[in-house]
Amino acid sequence: MTSIFSQIWAVVAMNIRSLPRRLWMSLAAVFAVTVVVAVLLSFLSMARGFSQTLEGAGSESTAIITRSGSRSELNSSMSNETVKILSTAPGIARDANDNPIYSAELYVIVDGIKRTSKTEANIPMRGISPVGFDLRENVEIIEGRLFTTGRNEIIVGAGVLREFEGFEIGKELRFGNTEWTVVGVFSTGGSAFESELWTDARTVQTQFRRGSSYQTMRVLLETPGDVSGMVELVENDPRLNLDVETEAAFFAEQGEALSYIVIVGWVISFLMALGALAGALNTMYTSVSSRAAEIATLRALGFSNTSAFVGTLVESVLLSLIGGAIGAFLSYIFMDGISTSTLGASFTQVVFTFSLTSDLFINGVWLALIIGVVGGFFPAWQAARLPVMVAFRQGN
Amino acid sequence: MNDEILYDLKSISKSFVKGKEQVTVFDGLNMSIKQGDFLAIMGPSGSGKTTLLNMLGGVDQPTGGEVWFDGNRVDTLSENGLAQWRANNIGFIFQFYNLMPMLNAARNIELPLLLTNLSKAQRKKSVATALELVELSDRAKHMPNELSGGQQQRVAIARAIISDPKLLLCDEPTGDLDRHTADEILQMLQLLNEKFGKTIVMVTHDPRAAEFAKRTLHLDKGEFVEKDLAA
Repeated sequence: MTSIFSQIWAVVAMNIRSLPRRLWMSLAAVFAVTVVVAVLLSFLSMARGFSQTLEGAGSESTAIITRSGSRSELNSSMSNETVKILSTAPGIARDANDNPIYSAELYVIVDGIKRTSKTEANIPMRGISPVGFDLRENVEIIEGRLFTTGRNEIIVGAGVLREFEGFEIGKELRFGNTEWTVVGVFSTGGSAFESELWTDARTVQTQFRRGSSYQTMRVLLETPGDVSGMVELVENDPRLNLDVETEAAFFAEQGEALSYIVIVGWVISFLMALGALAGALNTMYTSVSSRAAEIATLRALGFSNTSAFVGTLVESVLLSLIGGAIGAFLSYIFMDGISTSTLGASFTQVVFTFSLTSDLFINGVWLALIIGVVGGFFPAWQAARLPVMVAFRQGN
Repeated sequence: MNDEILYDLKSISKSFVKGKEQVTVFDGLNMSIKQGDFLAIMGPSGSGKTTLLNMLGGVDQPTGGEVWFDGNRVDTLSENGLAQWRANNIGFIFQFYNLMPMLNAARNIELPLLLTNLSKAQRKKSVATALELVELSDRAKHMPNELSGGQQQRVAIARAIISDPKLLLCDEPTGDLDRHTADEILQMLQLLNEKFGKTIVMVTHDPRAAEFAKRTLHLDKGEFVEKDLAA
């Protein structure tokens, strides 16, 4: 039994040592897998980055109320009266003075110029109540200061500052007929809120002629994840035509809008993998053919056909894994951490960062492994069935 | 040579289908090889000598008859059983040496020992002995393409004898060598036969090579015509 392992090991070592004889063919097989894995991981890291950005924005401790069926904050609207009714709902956390903790918010769109393409794109500008700042997790002013209530001052998300021109502190910006001053930069740990501009909700109502209306309302929940009290209130009051859900659930739904990236990534990678598979098969059949005399000689010496099979399979898997590793490495170097923005559910730009996590790497490794195993199996089978008589017919 | 039969082929038949035709190579062939024999097999192309060598080496199976080796029937063994049997009993010497081009001389010689349970140190010692026997101790680290044809064949001989097989099967062992080198190789085979008692079966086209054997069998259309040269 010990000898079968030494046989296999000897055959594997010989195959690997003979790779330089088939250098270009082997490199082509490696390259094909490299491209497939790099493309797959690029798509997956894009989708992962996008969903992380949205998931990071959502908290279980906060509920978001939107007009029923609006699906996005931009399409939602609610009156001041509605906000007042909702603020009395059970399940809302209260401050030291027994006031409910909530932020009625406005969500309008302004223009920004992308640094990369120099084109105009929509940026969300959010009017929040003073407490709205504290309703977000991980939020902090990283530069400058918070806006002053009642003044045309804005703070900009770190993502906006990174991706768009002209949002540095002190800059004067014109939105509509009004001048606004950037007074601070805030960070929310990379979540979707960093793609926004924040200011005072009442100032937005005034400057954008929204009267006393709002678009959404955020409340701090007494018990994280429990929105049942609010849902009950909404269902029993015919005046309220609203959706209530945790912020985490809300953003998870928004993230699904781009889940097609994952599907597209897999479909493209699958089609390319078929090409890589054909390449691997071709390479390995050539390998078996060029080593026919060697394989037959080893069989004549008494090596088992198992060793011929495994030796060929290992060569194929090894080439594929090298390709997969290079593909993953290239994705990591060129994709991981890339910051970009794309259109979110509210037709506004969501700034997000490509994120190549370890589980995505494993997807790449699996794909490479499958290409290697399938691409090597049939040639390995041929190697194992090779007539030993070939050793007598062919010279080296 | 003693009287003990090493190899016994009984009523061997061998045929195969070529296109739509059934080709019969052997039909009721009988053959015995004694321990310590050095047998040359000659014959024109298509006479069946390579097929016979393949059957003796267990790399081709007869379609009828029985093959007995050292008291055991071998034509009924499975493919991996035959591989194991070859590893234990047969040493091959090929016309084109069939060395592994990516392994140096010592590594090539060591290959059959990888099928045994010998330790690395034991294998190394055996390889050194075999290299000494074929007078290539100073070429141990050379790659095959750094060796002459004669040296490569000597490495192949060392590889064939390293696991101490009972039978050496040589397929035109001097077919790719010049006269002088061929004689050296044949003398080496003679030495292995006479001094170390190895039984040798050699297929050759070359009558001069056959002169080194103890006896020569002429094969023609699947049948033997024996001429005892040693008598």
